[in-house]
Amino acid sequence: MSFFLSCPFCGPRPVDEFAFFGEVTNRPPGSPTLRELTDYVYFRDNVAGVQREWWQHRTGCGEWFLAERDTRTNEVLQIELPSPARKRA
Amino acid sequence: MRLEPRAGERIDRSKPITFRFDGWQTTGFEGDTIASAAFAAGKRVFSRSFKYHRPRGLLCCSGHCPNCMMTVDGVPNVRTCVEPLRDGVDAKPQNVRGGLDFDLMSVTDKIGGPFTPAGFYYRTFIRPRAFWPLYEKFLRSAAGLGKLDPHAGHSRRYDTEHRKARLLVVGAGEAGQKAARVAAADGPGVVVVDEDARLAGLRLDGVEVLAPARALGIWEGGLVPVDAGTTLYRFRAEQIVVATGATEQPVVFSGNDLVGVMLPTGVRSLIRDFAIKPGERAVVMGADDDALAVADDLRDAGVEVVHELDLRASTPRDLVAEGRKGRVRAVHLDGHQIDCDLIVASGGRQPNYSLLAQAGARIEYARQLGVFVPTKLPAGVEAVGSVTGDGLAPIAPAPAYAGKGKCFVCVCEDVTTKDLKRAIGEGFDSIELAKRYTTATMGPCQGKLCHLGSIRYYAHETRLHETDIGTTTARPPWAPVELGLLAGRELTPTRRTSIHWRHEEAGATIQWAGPWKRPYAYSDKPEVEVRAVHESLGVIDVSTLGKLLVEGPEAVALLERLYPNRFGDMKPGRIRYGVLTSDGGRIMDDGTVARLADDLFYVTTTSTGADAVTAWFEWWNAVWGYEAEIVNVTGALAAVNLAGPQAREALGRLVEDPEDVSSEGFKYLDAKQLEVAGVPTLALRIGFVGELGYELHFPSPAGEHLWDALVGVGARPFGLEPQRILRLEKGHVIVGQDTDSESNLDSAAMAWLPKMDKDDFVGKYALEHFRQREEKERLVGFTMEEDVVPAEGAQIVIEGYPAGRITSARRSDAVGKVIGLAWVPTDRSEPGTRFEIRVDRQLRGARVTHGAFYDPTGGRMRS
Repeated sequence: MSFFLSCPFCGPRPVDEFAFFGEVTNRPPGSPTLRELTDYVYFRDNVAGVQREWWQHRTGCGEWFLAERDTRTNEVLQIELPSPARKRA
Repeated sequence: MRLEPRAGERIDRSKPITFRFDGWQTTGFEGDTIASAAFAAGKRVFSRSFKYHRPRGLLCCSGHCPNCMMTVDGVPNVRTCVEPLRDGVDAKPQNVRGGLDFDLMSVTDKIGGPFTPAGFYYRTFIRPRAFWPLYEKFLRSAAGLGKLDPHAGHSRRYDTEHRKARLLVVGAGEAGQKAARVAAADGPGVVVVDEDARLAGLRLDGVEVLAPARALGIWEGGLVPVDAGTTLYRFRAEQIVVATGATEQPVVFSGNDLVGVMLPTGVRSLIRDFAIKPGERAVVMGADDDALAVADDLRDAGVEVVHELDLRASTPRDLVAEGRKGRVRAVHLDGHQIDCDLIVASGGRQPNYSLLAQAGARIEYARQLGVFVPTKLPAGVEAVGSVTGDGLAPIAPAPAYAGKGKCFVCVCEDVTTKDLKRAIGEGFDSIELAKRYTTATMGPCQGKLCHLGSIRYYAHETRLHETDIGTTTARPPWAPVELGLLAGRELTPTRRTSIHWRHEEAGATIQWAGPWKRPYAYSDKPEVEVRAVHESLGVIDVSTLGKLLVEGPEAVALLERLYPNRFGDMKPGRIRYGVLTSDGGRIMDDGTVARLADDLFYVTTTSTGADAVTAWFEWWNAVWGYEAEIVNVTGALAAVNLAGPQAREALGRLVEDPEDVSSEGFKYLDAKQLEVAGVPTLALRIGFVGELGYELHFPSPAGEHLWDALVGVGARPFGLEPQRILRLEKGHVIVGQDTDSESNLDSAAMAWLPKMDKDDFVGKYALEHFRQREEKERLVGFTMEEDVVPAEGAQIVIEGYPAGRITSARRSDAVGKVIGLAWVPTDRSEPGTRFEIRVDRQLRGARVTHGAFYDPTGGRMRS
């Protein structure tokens, strides 16, 4: 992997400055069943195609953000800052 | 052997250079390579072949083939044909036992015929099983080429340079130079790299020329690493032009690896660059004008050209080179014997498409030329010159592949036509499989001289067309590269605390602890330091702890959701022990959480967990978006733990009002801002070591000052090892040592910690599910029945079967026994249960305990 990734703050930088945190998962709300929980904790879609994923500009500004990347070509289609959906009871 | 001085020679005859070659001292000139100087001095054998230990001489003189590889000044596999001669250089042969001219291992060539075909080792050396250690020892010593000295250390300094280029041209031949010149007219940023040292002096207007320097591959993002000896340039290029040209291909015939069989390029280099007469009587064969024209060079150098064979005009039915002691003495050509000592042969030229294939180009067979050419180039990459097939003559038709001797397809790996035939016969009928089975094309030349040859032989044998066979995958690096260059310099910083030099001055034994250097102990008797903490006063540098500030109106909400603990009910100035779990319910890290104000928390983590915990907090907050900021202050603050019965009295002498640290004014699990020896300090009354103690956190620059002050009031420094004994006496776990990625709060004896009535915390739901089933294992304490200390990781044996493991064990003077922590089956986890531990092949008894070994009620800590 040697593609360029754009940090929302620092612009395009070599990918080795970033930490990859895997595809975006959906934490099951409420009291999940064992199956739902296991699915969320251990299973990933691992798509050959466009994937939404977490990145952090680890050795740069430290920001966490989301990227849409084609896993076959490493083409980054879009980046965005997270818009947190707060879940508080 | 040198010719009269000639125009264009690279040697400077006024500057002789003395060097050693295979144990002989000899001389060459400045401008020579090691191989050219040795050849001029009469040496003809430069190496022994990989498998059969056949003598091998110069073949390509361009740094492609393995024939001239030697160990030079301790560096293995140096291609001496391109390695400049330096004064006092010592070139030693490799892969020989004895010497180059008499190699004991060459017996494999004489009798090895039936014993060394492809796959022989795989089939033969597996039975009988018991002999494998013997086989392995022999095979390991026989396998491979050069030897690395495992104790050599760094022989050179390697650097990496990050560079940018608007246009990077790989190859400074005619086409490459032209492309560079054209691009330079549009502005700066044009760089040309070429592996040929002869181009070091090349000057092109507005173009940066790097030579000798070799592009190793083309990666995404226009990344091209360039090997320039001891510097690796990591080029990022907007545009890449590949002008790598084409490489002469050896002709496959019987005896084609004998010393004296050479490629035209190699012969031309010896004559033109080094003024060397390469032989006396030469036979020349070639399939293009360029190759055949080498006959003129030979005649010019005084070599008698006894036969010229144009492979375009006729394909010999019978072509066998005959040798004596590994050297060419004659060639048999369709029934005629021609005596000679040099055969210059080329079957034509194959484009060097590897870099383009790596970049994503398609490789196709060009029927008219009989070679493979790149097509469908990816964006940003262009190819110019003969690498595209332009200007190449059709490759010579394959000769008969017949004769009694060995026909080598791949000289690097000693693969003959027989090996390939056999592989096909055994069913390895795809070229990718045959490559792996026979290892053809997998040697040092990486297929440059054998890739085309093996595919063509495959076509001949299977009667398939080259188009249907296709090529094998080209992978970087396209030429061998020194591992040191890829590794670069060791640039990982060593972390030392601001108090570190005090530990060194005190004579501490320093050890690695993750990225940190920490004192193991201050003498060879850690138990003395343990006793000081129990009986009087000790101090340990714990600056390595991870330290985070979490601040904001919703800081408490964030922490409540990250930790299984509750913090909402905690008053400012109080501290709680906290454990972090994952959503899978597994223990990740632990530390303390102190509430400094309603909206401000001071969090400590394990020494190795600081960065991961910071990232973990920040990530969850990116998901949730609480109004809270997280700041990692690990490096900014130093920390020490002052512990022992005299801790209060000693600290009282360093603060303005001793009442501040009285047992009433500063209770167990209180956090307080104090000025200690004039230093603003956050004091935490917590204990990892089981005695009255204060953890003092303060600005790093004051580290030595405060340390000196504490030692001045009687604190004895103690190191990591005494701390490990002290914490084990209290039964405190070290996350990552006593727990692993399978441990959860219940199984690790912390079922009291999570507050399950909270709406949510990371790991809550996994823990709920864990509680519906029985844990298989539990973390318990144990005491040994005898005075032996089991190793960490030692096996617990129950009824003859392994049933658990020891995670920590130490001898404790305070307890009077060997104590430890262990994972045992749940049905064996009740206090008093006996189990056995394997220690030095013997089973030793131990009994389960729960809770602390020392001061189980915690009275001393809370006093």
